[in-house]
Formats: sequence, C-alpha cells, structure tokens
Amino acid sequence: MTTMTQAGPAVRARRGRHGWGDRLLYAYTWLIIVWLCLPIAVMIAFGFNNAKGRLNLTWQGFTFTWYGKLFAVPDLTTALVNSLTIAVLAALGATVLGTLIGLALGRFRFRGQGALNLVQFAAISAPETVMGASLLSFFVQLGVGRGYLTILVSHIMFSLSFVAVTVRARVLTLDPFVEEAAQDLGASGWTTFRLVTLPMIFPAVLAGGLLAFALSIDDFIITSFNSGSTLTFPLWIWGAQKNGLPPQVNVMGTLIFLAGVLLAVGNAVLARRRR
Amino acid sequence: MTELRETEAATAAKVAAIELRGVVKSFQSHGETVTAVRGVDLTIAEGEFFSLLGPSGCGKTTTMRMIAGFDEPTEGQIILHGGDVVGVPPNRRDVNMVFQSYALFPHMSVFENVAFGLRRKNTPKDEVTRRVGEMLEIVDLAGREKRRPRELSGGQQQRVALARALVNRPRALLLDEPLGALDLKLRQAMQVELKRIQREVGITFVYVTHDQGEALTMSDRIAVMNEGVIEQLGPPRQVYERPATAFVAGFIGTSNVLSGTVARADGDTAVIEPGPGERILIPGAAAEAGGTVELTVRPEKIAIGLHPPDGEACALRGTVTEVVYLGTFTNYTVRTSTGAEVVVFVQNASSADDVAASGDTVWLSWEPRHSYAIGA
Ligand SMILES: Nc1ncnc2c1ncn2[C@@H]1O[C@H](COP(=O)(O)OP(=O)(O)OP(=O)(O)O)[C@@H](O)[C@H]1O
Ligand SMILES: [Mg+2]
Repeated sequence: MTTMTQAGPAVRARRGRHGWGDRLLYAYTWLIIVWLCLPIAVMIAFGFNNAKGRLNLTWQGFTFTWYGKLFAVPDLTTALVNSLTIAVLAALGATVLGTLIGLALGRFRFRGQGALNLVQFAAISAPETVMGASLLSFFVQLGVGRGYLTILVSHIMFSLSFVAVTVRARVLTLDPFVEEAAQDLGASGWTTFRLVTLPMIFPAVLAGGLLAFALSIDDFIITSFNSGSTLTFPLWIWGAQKNGLPPQVNVMGTLIFLAGVLLAVGNAVLARRRR
Repeated sequence: MTELRETEAATAAKVAAIELRGVVKSFQSHGETVTAVRGVDLTIAEGEFFSLLGPSGCGKTTTMRMIAGFDEPTEGQIILHGGDVVGVPPNRRDVNMVFQSYALFPHMSVFENVAFGLRRKNTPKDEVTRRVGEMLEIVDLAGREKRRPRELSGGQQQRVALARALVNRPRALLLDEPLGALDLKLRQAMQVELKRIQREVGITFVYVTHDQGEALTMSDRIAVMNEGVIEQLGPPRQVYERPATAFVAGFIGTSNVLSGTVARADGDTAVIEPGPGERILIPGAAAEAGGTVELTVRPEKIAIGLHPPDGEACALRGTVTEVVYLGTFTNYTVRTSTGAEVVVFVQNASSADDVAASGDTVWLSWEPRHSYAIGA
C-alpha cells in the first residue's frame, strides 16, 4: 500500500495542436498507469476467485464468498489489526515528533543542526536490513522483550525522518514575518502556532503523516527483526505463503488499497478546493 | 501659528508616545558584527505623524522592529507611553506594525485577517463584524471579505495589511513602507486617507518611507537616517529648506551644495566673493573671514538671467551646460565660475521661449535667506 498522491499544480496541456510528441507522451502515460495497476488488478481479481483447496493461483470462477468470510482466519485477522493499529500509532507519533523537528530545522539555527540534518538523511537512506539488525541488538542490549511495542518504536523511528524532511521543506518556503504579524496582533506563542503556523504547514504535516502510515503498514524487513512472536499483516503473509495463501489476503489487500485510493482522492479534492 | 504653539505646548506636557534613548542594534552574521543602528535618540509625541526617511539599508526597518518588539536593542532603552518595554514581547506592546512584505495570513480570508487582532482581545462577535466592515469600507475593500490574500492584487493586499493593523486602534502604528506597491493614483488617495484616519483616530504614526515627497507632505516631523544614525530631525519645511548635513541636502530633493572661502563676515552673515560682481551671502553662518563654508540652495529658489542682478541678492556667473524641458518646469544645469554644477528649476509661467540656451553665459541670483550653511 504505497499510494502517495502529490496533488501538484495542474499542468495545462497545449490545446488544439496534437503533434507526434503529444501522442507519444499520452500513450506512454497510459502504459505506465496500466503497468503500475496490473499487479493490483490481479490482487483484486483473485479476491473474487472461487478457489478450492489451498492454492489461489488459478482462476476457478467468480464468487463473493471471501468477502463474507473476511475474518474467518483468526491469525490473519489479528495480524491485520496489529498492522493497522501500529500504523496509526506510528503515523501519529512520527507526525508529532517529525513536525517538531522539521519546524526547528526550517526555522532556527542551533548547535548540532548540521549533524541532525545529516543523521536524518542517513536514516532515510540506510539499508533496512542494517537498521533492523541494529535496532534488534539495541533492544537486546536494553533487555526489552520484542513484540508490539518494539515494532511500534522502530516504526516511529524510521518514518519520523520522512515527516521531518517534508515539513522542513514547507517551512523553508514560508514568510517568517507572517508569524511575527500574528504576535504583533496579540497572539501568544501557542496561539500563533495553532492559528497561523500549523495551518500553513498542515499540507506537509498531512503528507508526512500519510507517508509514515504507508511506510509502517508496508514494512517487512525492520519489523521481522523486532517483532518477537507478534505478527503483522506482511509477516503473516510471508509465513503463510509456503502453505498457500487464503483468498482473504487478497480481499484485505483490496480493502486497504481502496482506503488508500479514497484518501488520495479526498486529498486531491481538498487541495483543489483550497486553491 | 498660534495653533501650532498650542499643540507644541500640549505635546510637551504629555508623556511621549515613543522614546528611544541611545539605541544600538548589532547583528551577528557569518561571524561578523553588523551594526544596523548606531545610537538613535528619538522622542515621538502622542498623536504625531513621524516619518523615518533614508536610503535602503540605513536601519529603518531595524528601528521599527525594536519598537514593535521583534528585535531587542543591543544597547539603550525603548520607552512606550512612559514604560520601559525592553524585554516585553510583541503581543504585549500596544503598538501594531504594517510589514514591508504585508505578511498576511495566506490561509485566512480578508475578513479573518482583519478580525485576527480583535478576536485575540475577545471582542464580542457583533462588534468584530461591525468594526471589520467599517475598516474594509475605509480601505475600499468592501465586498471582498471572502477572498484569500493570494486572490488580491499587490495594492489590495497592502490595504488589507493596513486594515488589519488599524482596526485594533493601537496607541501607535508602525508602518514600514505601507504604500510601496501602489500605483501613483491609489498611493495619493491612500496618503490622504491615512492622514485622515490618523487625525480622526488620533493615533501616533511612525512611518517608514523611501519616498521623500510622501514624507514631506504627510509628516509632522521627519527623521532622516543614514548608516544607522539620524542625520537630521525636524519638521518637513526645516529638513527640506535647512538641511543640516550634506547628506540630507543631497537625499531630500535636488539640492545644490556650494563651498567657498569666507571673504568677510557682516555681523552674522558670512560673505563669499568668488569673482568680480559675484557674491554669496549666508545669514546665520558662524564663520570667520578666511574659513571655509559649505552651503545649500534649493534649485527652485534660484533665478536665471542674462544680466547681473541688482541690489543685495546673491549672484553667481556661469555657463549653461544642459537644458531639460519638463512641462511645468525647465531644468537648467549651470557650471559656475567656482567649478560647481548648479541645478536651477525655472517655472514655465508663460509661453515665452527658454531664458537661456546651452552654452550661454548667465547670471544666477537668489535671495540671501535661501542660502543655508550646512552644519550651522
Ligand atoms: N537579521 C539581520 N542579520 C544581519 N544583518 C541584518 C539583519 N537585519 C538587518 N540587517 C542589516 O542591517 C542593515 C539595516 O537593515 P534594515 O532592514 O533596517 O534597512 P532599511 O533601512 O529598512 O532598508 P530598506 O529601505 O531597504 O527596507 C542592513 O545592512 C542589513 O543588512
Ligand atoms: Mg526596510
């Protein structure tokens, strides 16, 4: 579920003239869209497959059965609930902490600023296996039992930088005098933040939060290092696939994908209305 | 005249609205110390229209920011309405600022922008609606309440910024080049409007501008700043006609700066005699014979003729180097016998031909009271 839609400014197409270049670009665009959608289409289709036996790999007819029996596999349901709650909590945690860091990096000059910037990008670009392994040894050193909490902490940790980077970029484009104007008109520091700063950076905060959610619900590698016996959706699928995946997996995937599409569309509509 | 004296007397009795004592402001930037303001003393009376005039980078905005509370002075005191405000945050100072860059809230409508200050003071809802409506009427933006700042032109944004500050009826309003983005016509209309609002509401205005014409027409007093110091402070007429320094003379209007050796001193009038028949009288110049003196004469005070003037007027001979016709005025540049270039504005009162042409030898004359010794 990595559907992040950036509602950028609409590109105004040249009207009237449709040269070869335009047609090629048009064809290419649709080719990419189809290519990106193909695996998703397969996933959605096999949620409706009337599969018999363990394997859900060949088409055997259309059915709504699996939508009715969505929660018929108890372990899978637990794994999905774990994934969803961890993703929501991790997104909230990463959004709050990341926004504060992004604000500080964009607005102030302070000791250690350069180092913080560097570490942040290192956290973004570090291989996940390295990060997962080092988090594991960190938790082992501390004697913390692996499970739900360690997954949550590691998810907040690796998605925080993404929020901070997004927010910082937004803060850098803001006119600092706007906040001063609010203070000048009698707003305290907190009121200024609530009524002026936060609404101005909100698109970036939201984008960062959604990114954190998507990263968390998706994550396999780091989670697998730090999960202990707790299973998340991706971990359960990985474990179950040797014996064949139940069609419920496809149905859940479809629903998560749909939620993502709805969020993206809502975001785009809001952005258009705000413009 | 009597009215002026009365207001002056009344001003003296009241507490000053804004007082700066020995204010210095230094910034640390890239390991260097930049001193933007170097020792400013100011007393601005309640209800006064006070202008800060000076070239770019002279410290006008920095001075304003210290009064508003966004920057703290490195040295010195700032006193607002009798109370020392150093250390008091901007939201607890009874002054409002109109920013050079407008600084409107981009996510709020025009109405919400203007209502912001009133809502912070928990003003009742219907009063907010009424006062914001009145204010938008004044700045000619009625009917645009629902627009976002980005949907307005530069001039309209500037007027929202004005309304947003004025609606709070602060005791003092700081305006940092508030009319910079307006076209000439709107600018003049807003000048009149601002002046009217200021008189009606009776609030102190501290007005920063690049535009000397604006400063001269609107202000009760002007401070001319240069490189972080105030070069001269006084009423417009005084600053214009009696510039205290060569910088002020050059910055305000076009001014001719002449210098010469004092031939003799008649009482308190110094006399320079550059050549035969030529004389410059400078009343009130504390100079002795043999000393050098610098003086200024405004271009519109000088008459130009083909013959030496009669009587006691100042007289200087020269050659016309340039004639520029400017509609109501003709602008002559004359190289005098002392080598200085003098600019003369002659009003084109009748349809007669130009007084002189380029290359002509002419006589410049002016009344002695229009010569001002610089630094006197
Ligand atoms: N925060 C700052 N850090 C470093 N230097 C500064 C800072 N603010 C102002 N300065 C410097 O102080 C000097 C005065 O700046 P200021 O903004 O007060 O000028 P100004 O008179 O308002 O000019 P303008 O008419 O162009 O607006 C400038 O040389 C400027 O570079
Ligand atoms: Mg300025």
